Amino acid sequence: MKSFNIYLTGVGGQGIGLLSEILLRSADHAGLKVKAVDTHGLAQRGGVVISHLRFGEKVFSPLIFRNQADLVIALERHEALRGLNSALKDNGTLIYYDTVWQPLEVRINSADPVTKEMIQRICRKRNIRDLPIFKADLKDARMQNMVVLANIERNKLIPGIKKEHYDEAMKDLMQGTMLKTNLKLFEEERRR
Amino acid sequence: MKTLGEILLKQTPFSEIVMGNTALVRAMIESHTRVITSYPGSPTPEIAEAIRAIPKEKRPFYFEFSVNEKVATEVAYGAAVNGHLATVFFKSVGLNVAADTFVQLSLMNIIGGMVIVLGDDPGANSSQNEQDNRHYACLSYTPVFEPASPTEIYTFYKAAAKLSKDKGMPVILRLTTHICHAKEKIDFQGWHDRELDKTPRFDTKNGPYVPIAADVFPMKRKALQRLETVEKYADQSPLNQIFDHGNSNRGVITMGLPFLSLMDVLEFADNKPDILKLGMVYPIPVKMVEDFLRVHIEVKILEELDNVIEKEIKKLAYDRQLSTKIFGKMDLEDWIGEYTPDKVFEILKKTWPDLLTAMDAPKDMVSSAPARPPQMCPGCGHRSAFHAIKKALRDTDITVADIGCHTLGFLPPYQMGELLMCMGASTAMGSGLSLFNDTRNVVVFLGDSTFFHAGLPGIINALFNNHNVTLILMENGTTAMTGHQDHAASGQNFNEPTDKIPLRRVLEGLGVRHIYEIDTYQQAKLTEMVKDAINIKEFSAVIARHPCMLKFTREQRRKPGYQPRRVDIDQQKCHRLYECIRDFGCPTFTQMADGRIEIHPDLCIGDGSCVQTCPSEAISMPKVV
Repeated sequence: MKSFNIYLTGVGGQGIGLLSEILLRSADHAGLKVKAVDTHGLAQRGGVVISHLRFGEKVFSPLIFRNQADLVIALERHEALRGLNSALKDNGTLIYYDTVWQPLEVRINSADPVTKEMIQRICRKRNIRDLPIFKADLKDARMQNMVVLANIERNKLIPGIKKEHYDEAMKDLMQGTMLKTNLKLFEEERRR
Repeated sequence: MKTLGEILLKQTPFSEIVMGNTALVRAMIESHTRVITSYPGSPTPEIAEAIRAIPKEKRPFYFEFSVNEKVATEVAYGAAVNGHLATVFFKSVGLNVAADTFVQLSLMNIIGGMVIVLGDDPGANSSQNEQDNRHYACLSYTPVFEPASPTEIYTFYKAAAKLSKDKGMPVILRLTTHICHAKEKIDFQGWHDRELDKTPRFDTKNGPYVPIAADVFPMKRKALQRLETVEKYADQSPLNQIFDHGNSNRGVITMGLPFLSLMDVLEFADNKPDILKLGMVYPIPVKMVEDFLRVHIEVKILEELDNVIEKEIKKLAYDRQLSTKIFGKMDLEDWIGEYTPDKVFEILKKTWPDLLTAMDAPKDMVSSAPARPPQMCPGCGHRSAFHAIKKALRDTDITVADIGCHTLGFLPPYQMGELLMCMGASTAMGSGLSLFNDTRNVVVFLGDSTFFHAGLPGIINALFNNHNVTLILMENGTTAMTGHQDHAASGQNFNEPTDKIPLRRVLEGLGVRHIYEIDTYQQAKLTEMVKDAINIKEFSAVIARHPCMLKFTREQRRKPGYQPRRVDIDQQKCHRLYECIRDFGCPTFTQMADGRIEIHPDLCIGDGSCVQTCPSEAISMPKVV
């Protein structure tokens, strides 16, 4: 199989770490050879968190070349645009949770916020599949990552990984109520 | 669920996906390392997180977070000369702190063995520089192993520990950020615990251990002789590998992360150069390198950061009168930044313009996303402190930062902490800034973990030499920036509860005459206190305290019956003065297109520190949602 590169991005505190770990372990359960790395300088303090995931036989560095990702997953709209610009290849796929955590420059009015339409325009131009995700009735913001994961499964965005692989990965990483709630949400959203 | 603690202690061989830092812990267990010490710093804190996953009574070793890297090195050394295999780990710049002790280690006969694990940070992802610590190895005659992946961290540590124990010398395992944090599946070997031999084996007959006067030269001679034997060891070591692509024209000598980048880049090459991948980067395997040079017309040294290996190899080529064309660093950019696949692609293109085919790149790159610098968390006590302190100072006053979360105060909107150097430097830098200076007040910041780490000498010096500086201790009760490790004032060490060493008592003991103390959420009072403190024309200290709210909120969320709270904005009362968003600057405040300010429901923690900042009193007290 040709290698498959995923660039996962968001803001510190959004649950990138768990989502990245689930994807990595799902790929392993699916029998893919995996490499990954999280880059999170000062991320805990509201900065950008990025995770590179690479699946395939001929993969050496865990880091993806600029604009060579097949799939960009973002948990926030501004980071979706940043990932789209810096990581995604033409004809790739962008899936993002359409929430906004305004960066400093936007809040102090020295930069324009990113809009959904802006992203859509760029995606159209570069022949990129654009999947904004939002769940209005979601109670716990920390589960936005699970809604995204369910939509990744529903749209079969990662070749070779099936529903049961995602389930197994979640069971590796969570237990008790947390596991139950997440599995339930995953199941509901992927069937929606 | 798989629990990390159980995985790490498994007795039978197994395979598991882990990050490099976790793989190191398993390697230490398999090697029967008995004493491990550290001071927290990225990219290494996850090593301690993996250790914490093993219940204390099941850990086959002793671990502590020491007060700083120098102390950590000394504790490990003491244990090692008593016969225990020891390891100390810390971040790149931690070696500067430890250096005074570290440079002496190679003179000693370290009977238990001692591995120094360094988390270097090419790319300065979370450090104030990207120093190349291989220079320290040359300075101190200490061998360096450099793994390229989590699997190699596991195997190289075991080799390094064995070499160190066999020869009684210190050995460095040099990791870099994206090797520490890389994840892959590793095949681990089985492991059986041995009974711990507690015999204190320290014996002066194994020495000398006192490098004074005439003893220094024989000790240095021995260190150099040992290094020579390691040179031979390196030539035999399977950790140095050749990747033969049958290319007699071109070869590349590389190591670590740049090797992985190279392998990815060479997917774009039809005629791949041969590769010599060094696992030992100091001393280099001389014979192997010489042979590699002999069979290639051109050799590229692909080396991240400085030209340490390049100099060694060029010297070798000169001594052996080899005619191989050697390409080292070609311009300044080659010295800067991490050797990612993209960077290596550019470097190879520069070296051999015909080697690589072009990569597809997007054509239409439009509209960029606004930058997202890190910032203080919602509810952070430092935000209240900066907001209040700024009101006490004139624009011309000088504010000095130290290392920690409060360093982020230099960013807009606060711009507090205009100079930064390294751990503990603020008070003494401020002392220098106060000389001949009657017009601009000098205010210095210092965090609580840093106070103990390297802050005390600067404070004692300010008292001893009577410097006119106002010290603001930003006390949040933890080592927050690196992931909430305890420190000497926390009342808890890594292993057990311990007596607190309160900052105030230390200051009193030192004889500080003017001490103020306040919770930073009392912003108006803090402003007045700082005004008072800077008017005193001698050393004064303000303890500006508030618990780390990231840690506090996480702890609250875990408690049963936790109810989230939020503030709210009364849009009728709001006069759009924007003090909340532009001066106080909590990330919770969101600018709407119509000019309104709203509270972000995912971000507000309901701490209420913002309520007092609104001149129109439009922010309500936090309520349960």
